[in-house]
Amino acid sequence: MLKGIFNPKSFGLAAGILIVLALLPPILPRFYIYILAVIFVTALLAMSLNMIVGHGGLFQFHHGAFYGVGAYTAGLMLTKTSLPAWLGLVAGPFAAAFVGLLIGVFCVRLTRLYFGMLQISLGSLIWAIAFRWYSLTGGDDGIHGIPLPPPISSSTGAYYCCLIFLAICLFFLYLILKSPFGATLLAIRDNPERCEAIGINVRRHQLIAIVIATFFAGIAGVLFVVVEASVFPDLLFWVFSLEVFIMCLLGGWFTFAGPIFGAAIMVSLRTFVGTYTEYWTLILGIILILLIFFLPEGVWGYLLEKLGPQKQDLHKEHK
Amino acid sequence: MLRVEGVHKSFDDFKAVSGADLTVEAGQMVAVIGPNGAGKTTLFNLITGQLKPDRGRIIFNDEEIGSLPPYEICRKGIARSFQIANIFPRLTVFRNVQVSVLSQQRKSTRLFRPARTMALDETRNILENVGLSDKTDTIAGALAHGDQRALEIAIALGNNPQLLVLDEPTAGMSAEETGTTMALIRRLADEQGLTILFCEHDMEVVFNVAQSIMVMHQGITILQAGPEAVHNSRQVQECYLGGA
Repeated sequence: MLKGIFNPKSFGLAAGILIVLALLPPILPRFYIYILAVIFVTALLAMSLNMIVGHGGLFQFHHGAFYGVGAYTAGLMLTKTSLPAWLGLVAGPFAAAFVGLLIGVFCVRLTRLYFGMLQISLGSLIWAIAFRWYSLTGGDDGIHGIPLPPPISSSTGAYYCCLIFLAICLFFLYLILKSPFGATLLAIRDNPERCEAIGINVRRHQLIAIVIATFFAGIAGVLFVVVEASVFPDLLFWVFSLEVFIMCLLGGWFTFAGPIFGAAIMVSLRTFVGTYTEYWTLILGIILILLIFFLPEGVWGYLLEKLGPQKQDLHKEHK
Repeated sequence: MLRVEGVHKSFDDFKAVSGADLTVEAGQMVAVIGPNGAGKTTLFNLITGQLKPDRGRIIFNDEEIGSLPPYEICRKGIARSFQIANIFPRLTVFRNVQVSVLSQQRKSTRLFRPARTMALDETRNILENVGLSDKTDTIAGALAHGDQRALEIAIALGNNPQLLVLDEPTAGMSAEETGTTMALIRRLADEQGLTILFCEHDMEVVFNVAQSIMVMHQGITILQAGPEAVHNSRQVQECYLGGA
């Protein structure tokens, strides 16, 4: 089934990176392990968003809402119910996908910017619920000290958990991108009108893409709980969603792996520049301006172009 | 096969089509002619569902299709090309056609199988047919104008239609390209038994290939008849050919 999807060179590279990352925990200080785990989680979130934005051409401005739904679902089930812990963790992605479906049904009726505006409004509604419903969600305090089952309660355990799930999710995201569905999604991004004329139900495809992407965002949300053992409404705030959106642009939204780089850059900036100055977003702003002028295809998009033949990653593959 | 009966369409106060009638029999090549702004493109958009008629009926294989969305009309067996090259600019030439074939095979929603193993022969055949087999890996947006027009037709063929609707297939082409394209369209009609409905400005082309010609003027059908009859019609000469 998988023969020929992965070219041996990039598969080897991915496997190599995975092994190196798996060997890091005993060597690196705990703080860096934590930061890497945060990058994994954020990378997965950005990848899931990029499936709709970069490959689907939809302005999903409020993707953080589904990340938050996944995280809150897991957090609430782990703290407020006596159900087994794994059930809470598994429920996150499904809850996120369900909310994705509900919001998506309305949004796919609109196009372009209007899609994005409605997305922000409906997503902010969910934020308001998390922010205001003190008795359930803890309001602006959020929920802290969420009890996690032993293997993933340590920071090393959380690291491995995030790494493994990131790898699995990337595998499936790649598979989907290379499937007929993925090919059709790219075609819809390029020219929705033409897609209708060749017998493709554009809205239905977009809705399926949204449900899949929000499912993966939900997984990222659950992994956030695994890393932080807490949830708070900022996860669902539209400003954070915008940050995730920028990660896609920064890394290269027409590429597969770009958002990983975007996430790594953003998280590192926030962590390391953020310790020196509150105004780290100022640096981000400058980087974005440079990006627009010099690397319009994003960091990874630029590297792929420079590295030569692999650049048609998304296109050239049927030989 | 296709019957358009008394179709009207206006945009605000402008009556783009106000009483169009058209009959296309299976296996025929039918041309729609008329001066600029006669409503030809609007009529085609009505037939393939990009627009909905205000009044009148559009019947394809004994089925009313006037109210269906474009993708359902396409699935009934009508594929079209557009006047302005309407392709997928960031995908390869091969992908452009493959997506269309996958849609026709109802495989567009498959999630976990690699697309690179699917619909290959069908796609290759079509590309060969339209003369693009040496450009399969080119990004479609980088093709020359003439090749984009050929790709435009190839995408429509990917749906394996019964009726092919071509909106000015030779628009903006050189005389040589026009010749090649018309030869291709003729060949498709002959070899694959495709029924073709097209509109065209070049009268020589129209009278050469069409078996039946429908003349439109200011949104109204003047008449539909064979090339001879249209050529000799006083009415047509007055409103359309008269000035030429």
